[in-house]
Amino acid sequence: MTDATHPTAASGARPRRRAASPARSEPAKRAQFDRPLLPWAFLAPQLLVVCIFFYWPSVQAITSSFYLEDPFGFGSTFVGLDNYKDALGSAEYQRIAGFTALFTVLVTGFSMGLGLLFAVKADKVIRGRSSYRTALISVYAIAPPVAGLMGMMLFDQHIGPFVKLAAWFGYDMKVGINYNDTAFAMILVSVWKQVPYNFIFFLSGLQGIPASVREAAVIDCRNGFTRFRTAILPLLAPTAFFLLIINITYALFDTFAVIDVMVKDKPANNPVTLVYKVYNDGFRGNDIGGSAAQSVILMVVVLVLTLIQFRWLERRVHYG
Amino acid sequence: MARIDIRNVSKTYPGAATPSVADIDLAIADGEFIVLVGPSGCGKSTLLRMVAGLEDITGGEVSIGGRVVNKVDPAERDIAMVFQNYALYPHMTVRENMAYGLKNRKTPKTEIEARVAEAARMLELGPYLDRKPRGLSGGQRQRVAMGRAVVRQPAAFLFDEPLSNLDAKLRVSMRGEIRRLQRRLGTTSLYVTHDQLEAMTLADRLVVLNAGRIEQVGAPLDIYHRPASTFVASFIGSPAMNLLDAEADGARLRIGQNVIQAGAGFAHRGPVTLGIRAEDLHPAATGLPFRTDLVEELGAQRLVHGFIDGQALVLALDPSVPVRDEMFLTVAPERLHLFDTAGGKRIGTTDVRAVHARVPA
Repeated sequence: MTDATHPTAASGARPRRRAASPARSEPAKRAQFDRPLLPWAFLAPQLLVVCIFFYWPSVQAITSSFYLEDPFGFGSTFVGLDNYKDALGSAEYQRIAGFTALFTVLVTGFSMGLGLLFAVKADKVIRGRSSYRTALISVYAIAPPVAGLMGMMLFDQHIGPFVKLAAWFGYDMKVGINYNDTAFAMILVSVWKQVPYNFIFFLSGLQGIPASVREAAVIDCRNGFTRFRTAILPLLAPTAFFLLIINITYALFDTFAVIDVMVKDKPANNPVTLVYKVYNDGFRGNDIGGSAAQSVILMVVVLVLTLIQFRWLERRVHYG
Repeated sequence: MARIDIRNVSKTYPGAATPSVADIDLAIADGEFIVLVGPSGCGKSTLLRMVAGLEDITGGEVSIGGRVVNKVDPAERDIAMVFQNYALYPHMTVRENMAYGLKNRKTPKTEIEARVAEAARMLELGPYLDRKPRGLSGGQRQRVAMGRAVVRQPAAFLFDEPLSNLDAKLRVSMRGEIRRLQRRLGTTSLYVTHDQLEAMTLADRLVVLNAGRIEQVGAPLDIYHRPASTFVASFIGSPAMNLLDAEADGARLRIGQNVIQAGAGFAHRGPVTLGIRAEDLHPAATGLPFRTDLVEELGAQRLVHGFIDGQALVLALDPSVPVRDEMFLTVAPERLHLFDTAGGKRIGTTDVRAVHARVPA
């Protein structure tokens, strides 16, 4: 092997073994701490953070979802499941849930698809590869509210280039007023914000595929697209599975800031997602109980989605 | 089945001042087993990869079966390659790994099944056909990689250090397996290794490469007994050939204070490099004075390290021969190799008697 000329060829030389080692025995692990409280002391800081910022608010949300709170803080009344019935029964809630589902599917699909496409293309670039990658990744450094603001600028009624572009085709784009236009802008900005994240992971996933496996595939399969689909893509499946979960969570929750900037001071009848409605009802409408019920519903939805993904998808995903 | 012709092939990487592979000329006959051997960085893998189509050819021409393939896609060159780290598709079973190349070439399903079954039988992979590569040992993985090449029934096999990742014992048995397989199928093979022993045992013809150029081409024993340069002399054979500084004066060679006779007909004056194989030196009553420094016991033989006139030397002796601290050594004149001190090329007429070791089966 001419090492100087093929630095990557040796990268896959060590076969990865995941087989359980016989050395893994339970008693040996237990004997490591002779004082019973010591492990808890090590765990305490992490547990404290999780309890204060996750479990406590969750419990609060679940309890208040069963109460009707006075908007001005003068006590609360136990109403059982009424908050849930109100939320799920309302036509507005169902409409927003529908939009949220569509939004999530589109944002996840496009941001993963584009991230993969860019990663595959950037992986092939040899000259100036680091500048390409930096350019593609840098968008991720933009904070979501700033991304929302930039999105608003791009879609501004007077100076926005997208609005002008649409005008050339004779379309009068009114983001913030027209429901579909706002939805389009919202999805576009959310996708744009998330593509770099997917790009980084897909790129590192691609680079984890041994050069010799790709070369073997080049000899075995002439058609580039078939080769990618049958030999490369399956090896990216673990990365894609991880990103799927992350992207769904992103679309459901982390797009809040983008949506907020886009619809905050605009007239009504703009598309929002469920998480934005939780915020609207709770902090603008002062309906703490109803909002808590909605957030519990969201929590259950995410829990179920994650369980489904781990149960069904992981079985079909190949881990190295 | 095809011949491979490599004509004036060079490779210069972008930005590199000197070519990695320069002016390689090699004609490989149909069914021949050629081994490219050389130290790391000598360009042997680059040459193989140019034949495979994984590297662009900067200059010259490669033809496989009479067809110039410089611009032909690797998948269309009718070659199969076996990689050092197996390069199996981790998400496919052994069966799928072997069938993949055929499937992409639109081979009929029954044909694929028959060929995979045949290869599995030949390589004793039957019980593992439905396993994924991660469930196999290193040797089994390498057999799958070979199976993947065999099922293709290509014009040529290209091996890129296929045994380097295996342990020593497995390497020896796989070496035999590769040789038997190649004989049986009669497929033209090009094999790259840095292991001179592997090269000697496998090759019909050996190509010794150094710094991107061919140093010598020949049958393994010819190269062993008639190395064309000091580089080949020191690379082929274990222990390496002893190389001593000497002064030639006609047929007389002076090593320090000692004089020995070169073979008849040798007439050269001035400094030369004298090459002697470790097994060609024998203790005697008179001769070159040798001082023993270190003895390595190998069982079947023993390696005695020491000095003649301050120059390091190794002897390979039968364990029954007693080793003393001070000995005299003789060497038959026809067993001396003489090289030009400046360029390292073989000089002189000193000839080694022909060796006819192998009787074709």
